[in-house]
Amino acid sequence: MADPMKIRATLQGDVADVRILMLHPMETGQRRDAKGEIVQLHFIQSVVVTHNGKTVLDAQWSQAVSRNPFLGLRIKGAKAGDRISVTWVDNKGDKRTDEITVAPAS
Amino acid sequence: MNRFRRVFLKLAGGLGALAAAGGTALVRPMEAWAAPWNKAGFESKAFTDALKSLGAASATESRDIAITAPDIAENGAVVPIAVTSRIPGTQQISILAEKNPFPLAATFDVAGGGEGHVSVRIKMGQTSDVWAVVKADGRFFAAKREVKITVGGCG
Repeated sequence: MADPMKIRATLQGDVADVRILMLHPMETGQRRDAKGEIVQLHFIQSVVVTHNGKTVLDAQWSQAVSRNPFLGLRIKGAKAGDRISVTWVDNKGDKRTDEITVAPAS
Repeated sequence: MNRFRRVFLKLAGGLGALAAAGGTALVRPMEAWAAPWNKAGFESKAFTDALKSLGAASATESRDIAITAPDIAENGAVVPIAVTSRIPGTQQISILAEKNPFPLAATFDVAGGGEGHVSVRIKMGQTSDVWAVVKADGRFFAAKREVKITVGGCG
């Protein structure tokens, strides 16, 4: 099972600034390990972010995204207590979903 | 007879509730995968082929796309890139590193109410132009910015 994501959503007016940190090796299929063998291609292909169940971002990635990917986005019309859910799927079919609620503006 | 009818109704009601719960919990995320992974684009090795796969071969350059990236990135394995599109009706944002082995790094569909802003960290093999291609109202716009790489991050 994949490691949990770190998600943070802060309100700036009615826009939620969402920052997501995923834990994933994102292997390019070009790197060689200590034995000189190519490390298999292993990367997140698809990321979907929903706001109260409605898809606001549907991303397709290649192996060019860095290891332990960071993703930042802004969601319009958000308010405190809204649910933000993030799901990723990698090229081996492994997936992970995490959900948070938007923190009230401080 | 009546008792059987009760049981049957209860069961049917339970099934209905289950289906409704499944409808929100399971079916929605499946629908979200509607956009198929752009295999041709992500596997093309030439920058122009990657652009073609997006349908953006004749994109016009726009000043309304802001790319935030370092001028010099010491470590090519982690290059922070942020793209903000002020073009009204922005539907999709793609990020390409022109001289990477596979130039197309990521595509973001933001049509569902997200703002035209994404930030992500990508790997870059060598100094190259980073392109942001934005699709708005069915038309394509592009902007570029050079990022110098001290140590490549593809190996």
